[in-house]
Amino acid sequence: MAARGRKPSFEELALKSLSTPYNAAHHRFAVFIACITFCLLVAGALVTSNDAGLSVPDWPTSFGSLYKIPRWVGGVRYEHSHRMVAEFVGFLTIILAIWTWRADKRRWMKWLGVAALGTVIAQGVLGGLTVLFYLPPAISTSHAAVGQTFFCIACAIALFTGRAWVEEAPQTAVDTQRPTLITLTLLSIFVLYVQLVLGAMFRHHGMSWWPHVLNAPIVAIVLTWTAIRAMTQYSKIEAVRRPAILMLGLLITQLCLGFLAFTTRVAWGKDAVQPETAMIASTVAHVAVGALLLAATVILAIQVWRHVPVAHEEKAPGAEPKAVAA
Amino acid sequence: MHAATPSGPPAAPIDPATVASVSGTVHFDGTAPEMVPIDMSNDPACKGDNKAETVVAKDGKLANVFVYVKDGLGNRSFPAPANPVVIDQTGCRYRPHVAGMMVGQKLEIRNDDPTEHNVHAIGMQNAQWNESQMPKATPIEKRFDQPEIMLPIKCNQHPWMKMYMNVVASPFYAVTDADGKFEIAGLPPGTYTIAFVQEELGEQDQTITLGTKDKKTLDISYKAQ
Repeated sequence: MAARGRKPSFEELALKSLSTPYNAAHHRFAVFIACITFCLLVAGALVTSNDAGLSVPDWPTSFGSLYKIPRWVGGVRYEHSHRMVAEFVGFLTIILAIWTWRADKRRWMKWLGVAALGTVIAQGVLGGLTVLFYLPPAISTSHAAVGQTFFCIACAIALFTGRAWVEEAPQTAVDTQRPTLITLTLLSIFVLYVQLVLGAMFRHHGMSWWPHVLNAPIVAIVLTWTAIRAMTQYSKIEAVRRPAILMLGLLITQLCLGFLAFTTRVAWGKDAVQPETAMIASTVAHVAVGALLLAATVILAIQVWRHVPVAHEEKAPGAEPKAVAA
Repeated sequence: MHAATPSGPPAAPIDPATVASVSGTVHFDGTAPEMVPIDMSNDPACKGDNKAETVVAKDGKLANVFVYVKDGLGNRSFPAPANPVVIDQTGCRYRPHVAGMMVGQKLEIRNDDPTEHNVHAIGMQNAQWNESQMPKATPIEKRFDQPEIMLPIKCNQHPWMKMYMNVVASPFYAVTDADGKFEIAGLPPGTYTIAFVQEELGEQDQTITLGTKDKKTLDISYKAQ
């Protein structure tokens, strides 16, 4: 909290401020939305993996009705349950945005709630467009990418409303290395998004599998570098160490699942006449862990931003360079 | 009624007294792949035996090959027949698995299953469409405006359900039967490119010259992949 009579610093005004009381119910609600959103991502992955994307041919209605529940058989089971979970998440996000606007004193958090609502609306529209235009790869890929972006926003809101973020003063350590850890985490997010788009383009028949597979080692190198730097140099900062360990664990899991998905879908299943259990399970798990990996990386980047300020060199004439925290 | 309308001066009308025909057998060399059983358990209303029809070969004869006159008809145009081509959904499969029709001809899709389907035509030259159809509902009626070979029609509710429609500009086409046999009759004398198209094994083209009232045989073979 800024002291009375002096100008608040940038840090106090920005994310690092301690200007709102901890609201347990608000935080739990945000965590709940993040969990339900993860279920929604799994439901969406099941739709694609079961080739059920067009089993309900209309939108925003389902078989001409906004409220009637169709017979849940075949592909309808996946497509319609995905729509219902999506509507539930949309409804919860409206509540979250209003609640955040009213209860959270941080201005940027109010707008983050609005941004979450805007993202979930955009995601719903993209989902509708992909049905109405018969699953064009560009729209379906955007739907996949925006869905995971919303998941990251939901996780970030859960983090920002948590007790540790709101009440505890951040333990900091200045980053003097180049490239900086924050640069590495942002690079990690970038390569993960590229990988997400390449994977989604392959899943939605807009591209071959090889760009996704070729990018995988790049993702592995960048994320491993980031995780090891975070774990070794900032091991005493729990808020940085934990997401870094999680990110590395998820990366290893994801690489294994990617190999499994490739084997079951591309190597064994290319001539399959219908989606088979092994290919469905491996690809859905690959999508789900990919979403968790992206979210863990975003959380790591946020924590690094908060706990590891970057040192800038100040060079006086004739003097040795001196590290100063930004 | 639509008709194929090639450019250029109109060709001489076909004289029924001179027409020829070509028939033959499509062979399959090698061991035929096993027809994989379909798991239809995700919809209890889908009953019966169902097997993948990607390659249907028996005793070295290949069924479901679409055979058509790809070239040689010049600028002749042909009116689309008045009778519709019918696709039936029964046992959660399409009957037939491969069919042909003319540009502008009516396509009638029936649902004789006790479950709903969605019928999704994935045209590249023709517009896509996707409609749901309840059990015993009124048949869906459609027409295709452009020639297109192996246009997939599928059901996303039952992802194994897929058939191929072949839309051509002339009535000179056939689909091989269970014995791999086909016949295209009523062709005016001339030299033609006959195309054989199989959904998995691809296309083979053959050139044939037909004289007045000729009845020629044209056999081809696909090799096991």
